[in-house]
Amino acid sequence: MRFELMPRTSVSPVARALAPVVAFIISFLIAGFVIWLMGRSPIAAFDVYVLQPLSDPWSLQELLVKATPMALIAIGLSYCFRANLWNIGAEGQYVMGAVLGGWLALNTHGTEAGFWVLPLMLTLGIIGGALYGLIPAFLKTRFGVNEILTSLMLVYVAQLALDYLVRGPWRDPKGFNFPQSVTFDPSATLPPILESGRVHYGFVFAVIAVLVTAVILGRTLFGYRLKLTGDAPRAARFAGFNSSATTMTVFAVSGGLAGLAGISEVSGQIGQLQPSISPGYGFTAITVAFLGRLNPLGILVAALVVALTFIGGESAQILLKLPLDLTQAFQGILLLCVLAADALVSYRIRLVTRGGGK
Amino acid sequence: MFSRKLFGALAGVAVAALSASGAMAQAKDKIKVGFIYVGPVGDHGWSYQHDQGRQAMVKALGDKVETTFVESVPEADSERAIEQLARTGHDLIFTTSFGFMEPTLKVAKKYPKIKFEHATGFKRAPNVSTYAAKFHEGRYIIGQIAGRMTKSGVIGYVGAFPIPEVIAGINAFYLGAQSVNPDVKIKVVWANTWYDPAKEGDAAKALLDQGVDMLAQHTDSPAPIQAAEARGKFGFGQASDMERFAPKAQLTAIIDNWSDYYIARAKAVLDGTWKSEDTWGGLAENMVIMSPYKNMPDDVKKMAEETEAAIKSGKLNPFKCPVYGQDGKEIECKGNGALSDEQVLGMNFYVKGIEDKIPQ
Repeated sequence: MRFELMPRTSVSPVARALAPVVAFIISFLIAGFVIWLMGRSPIAAFDVYVLQPLSDPWSLQELLVKATPMALIAIGLSYCFRANLWNIGAEGQYVMGAVLGGWLALNTHGTEAGFWVLPLMLTLGIIGGALYGLIPAFLKTRFGVNEILTSLMLVYVAQLALDYLVRGPWRDPKGFNFPQSVTFDPSATLPPILESGRVHYGFVFAVIAVLVTAVILGRTLFGYRLKLTGDAPRAARFAGFNSSATTMTVFAVSGGLAGLAGISEVSGQIGQLQPSISPGYGFTAITVAFLGRLNPLGILVAALVVALTFIGGESAQILLKLPLDLTQAFQGILLLCVLAADALVSYRIRLVTRGGGK
Repeated sequence: MFSRKLFGALAGVAVAALSASGAMAQAKDKIKVGFIYVGPVGDHGWSYQHDQGRQAMVKALGDKVETTFVESVPEADSERAIEQLARTGHDLIFTTSFGFMEPTLKVAKKYPKIKFEHATGFKRAPNVSTYAAKFHEGRYIIGQIAGRMTKSGVIGYVGAFPIPEVIAGINAFYLGAQSVNPDVKIKVVWANTWYDPAKEGDAAKALLDQGVDMLAQHTDSPAPIQAAEARGKFGFGQASDMERFAPKAQLTAIIDNWSDYYIARAKAVLDGTWKSEDTWGGLAENMVIMSPYKNMPDDVKKMAEETEAAIKSGKLNPFKCPVYGQDGKEIECKGNGALSDEQVLGMNFYVKGIEDKIPQ
């Protein structure tokens, strides 16, 4: 006896649209049950986790701050994933963007350098991430090396390179030898959108990336080529589409956006280079990309939802004294439910009772 | 005449009332205290000990304090968590890792009435104090014990990150070992993490494979000392008493005792006497405590106790001059008969005899 997943012949768009909503409700029910088992009120938890962050201007702004890097990276990753290319190394591309852009910030530190610093920094951030993303793409197209392994391993190289720089040549001379750079000058700081707020222009970049990607995927030959390369690589080759060029392009785009996320975060949020500049955004963004079903708008929403679980988790620790482990378990449950709902919309489960199985 | 007198008396009462209300505004009946931890409370090392301090504060001050903690806060994304504590009515906030320095200062600037306490940092503000402990005093003692106990003549050290505090710890440990065993050798492995039991355990095993029979650690989990226990070698507990993880291997542990400090600082806020300060306490101030000396011969135990007493009384400084750098040149002595606090807090060199190289 075994179970088989059988593709459904037709899937109604309503079911597809409702799947994530149902997934949310189910995961909240499961989490609520666990909270009830712990002797706490699930309703109070729902209030602190979801309603309060969404009804308080301060938390809403923090939501955007937290979602910005994840959205930017995930949009980039969607190019790769659509073409069935597995860029697992966005975290490294993020770091390299921050390193190359940060280099300019440190070199203009304490000088009279003007308005041109910031745009050039951001450009260098994009270039740094894109070049770093091109390494696994080149190895794949030239030597057929698996991009999953190379892109992942290059993450550690990038992190250790940053580590070396902030401990050695880029260390703040007045920082008691602690591993961190000087804090960036105002000319190298990405300003907040509202003067007193914390949401920096990185969020605007994320929105632009979403819109541009939506246009590219829906309206251009490149977008079509991307889909075709992913869905039917042989057909794409017969159609004369060069898969090597596509590989290089999507890795460059993906790396560039990750690099932009890195330099935006460092210059808009952290304000200096230090050994750790990301709590794993590059990896969380993989989840975000799939939660958003590789759809640009979906990714933006998914980034906000994931950000909500982080912020709600902190509020739950502070206001309800619920442990962090519960938040992490909830994030896992949520992802499982969304993926399961997605699968069950496209496939039905069939029970095979005789034959076939070993 | 009468009216003037009355007026004067009234004015006097008014002044008294004013000053009384001024004092009232300062002192508080009940405060909320928040903690930001870099690791999980269950790490049995750094964050665990800070949480022990929090619990001691609750025990000592009862319903005068209400405490909250947020655990495993990533340093690159800590500003929000700190601000969330500030926004939810906390009067005193402890941020317990070096990497929280800039975010703490940023939030403190926005909330000038809230008091902040940042552990192991060096930047202060009118409402931001800093505090740290002289762990290197304890490390000098365990160095002496290791120097006396080693049979292979090679002692091992699992380091977290090559920051000044860890470097100073290695130097103090080695100077202690050298003071009783001039030919002793030390091997250092960097785990590049504060808390990762698997990595820490691997680092410890790599050292044990190289013939090390004494293992010191400056990472937070019990994994290294457990590795020593499994191989029948010896080790030293880090941050908390790790005897229950390694009953045969633990010779002693350097315990971070934040309890007294946390209670004192919470009391200061309650009384309205809190001021921005820099505190650097050691064995004498009870901020560093040695757990009972065990699993060692009596003469080694006696030596350890004497050294502990000498450091406490101020007779012995682990960094007493002359201190020589790796190249054999004497380090300029900027303190009074010993290296100055600044030299120790910013230490980025190894002392003579350590054959390792600081990763840079």
